[in-house]
Amino acid sequence: MRHLLSAGDLDVDAACLILDTAAQLASVTDRSVKKLPTLRGRTVVNLFFEDSTRTRISFEIAAKRLSADVINFAAKGSSVSKGESLKDTALTLEAMGADAVVIRHSSSGAPHRLATAGWIQGSVVNAGDGTHEHPTQALLDAFTLRHHLRAGTGDLAGLRVAIVGDILHSRVARSNVLLLRTLGAQVTVIAPPTLLPYGVNDWPCAVSYDLDDVLPHVDAVMMLRVQAERMHAAYIPSVNEYSRRYGLDICRLGLLPPHAIVLHPGPMNRGMEISADVADSARAVMVEQVTNGVSIRMAVLYLLLGGMTDEDRKDL
Amino acid sequence: MDSGFTDSARSVVLDAGDIGRAIRRISHEIVERNKGAADLILLGIPTRGVFLADRIAAAIEQIDGEGVAVGALDITLYRDDLRLRPARALESTAIPTGGIDDKVVVLVDDVLFSGRTVRAALDALNDIGRPRGVQLAALVDRGHRELPIRADFVGKNLPTALAEQVRVRLVGFDDIDEVTIEGGAR
Repeated sequence: MRHLLSAGDLDVDAACLILDTAAQLASVTDRSVKKLPTLRGRTVVNLFFEDSTRTRISFEIAAKRLSADVINFAAKGSSVSKGESLKDTALTLEAMGADAVVIRHSSSGAPHRLATAGWIQGSVVNAGDGTHEHPTQALLDAFTLRHHLRAGTGDLAGLRVAIVGDILHSRVARSNVLLLRTLGAQVTVIAPPTLLPYGVNDWPCAVSYDLDDVLPHVDAVMMLRVQAERMHAAYIPSVNEYSRRYGLDICRLGLLPPHAIVLHPGPMNRGMEISADVADSARAVMVEQVTNGVSIRMAVLYLLLGGMTDEDRKDL
Repeated sequence: MDSGFTDSARSVVLDAGDIGRAIRRISHEIVERNKGAADLILLGIPTRGVFLADRIAAAIEQIDGEGVAVGALDITLYRDDLRLRPARALESTAIPTGGIDDKVVVLVDDVLFSGRTVRAALDALNDIGRPRGVQLAALVDRGHRELPIRADFVGKNLPTALAEQVRVRLVGFDDIDEVTIEGGAR
């Protein structure tokens, strides 16, 4: 594995290797010295063209726990706001010797371009590109599901997962559908017809418009944020109506089987797609998702950078 | 193949009986050196060191009557040769509850060779806590040290050539107890 661009690139073995590695690395969080020497001397650049708190900090902590040097590059306040292209930014980073670039970009496909254009030698990790993919989020969700519902080992065969909300704009949904399918889970996406993408019937998942219909038959439900910044057309009649039909409130929580858990990739709009009492309930695992995110990103960085790289091979 | 001696490239140096006796002797020595098993923690280095540690712990319990804490210490993330090979899968680390602070840690590995694994294990211990002392037990010491490291408890000193391979098989992970030397010209 050289880059991590899409959850669809991972087969069962690769996905399980990342999950198993993350499970071992999770114990570092409980130690007094939360640091491993593994990536000493490697440089990881966080290249964020779009706002992010959770993901950027998560990657930063993960890289630092592995002793890598981290450079945070936010588009705001950099030469990108003066009109620099992705190519020139990439060439600059390459000249400074980045071993891995973690990129978030508002354009779908930007990480792929960065990885394949030959501008940089290092590994590229997709930290969310437009409405396309967010593979480390899908991995941390799978890790959380596995921990709660599969005793922390193996794949997710037979697990039933509902993904609810703005499927159209959600890179989290795309990556999760692909990865959960690979791991053997059965996924149902639920949204109003206006928030389902064209061609969703070809996705490896079931599609439903009715949340109450599906909830009694799932092991986990993943609520997605309604992305106000991407709502440029009249997708929903009103916030209230959306919330009533597709929001997870305490009554709907009662429809779930007793063992089922509630996930949300964050940031949450309390009162819109999820009510505050559900978000704070014992069934909600959002805080764990954040913790698991650090372990998953450590695992990804370790597997991409921890062994022999192309540069090392050249030196031999 | 029931006996390695029929094959010139492979010879059995320890059989199941030898390994059992070596484990019992190592266990006695550990108890003797530490005047009992209190405050002892055995940490096996994966893969086979873990099985060896379990068996030494069982033997110590028979000798001393008291159970001894056993765990596993994966040293992959502390290796000095990570960049020479593609990234490896991690093994499990299990530190007994209570941690290693002020305890005597006995590292257990199957073969002591260059000493680099033990160096990595000492670094790993350093990040986990501050033991009162660290000792090293190995089933086979095959020589060729590249670092100033020695074992406190050795099952068998085995002079080898660098080209030879020492293979340890232990019941639990493998189907038999056996130590063999393979390859090289003997």
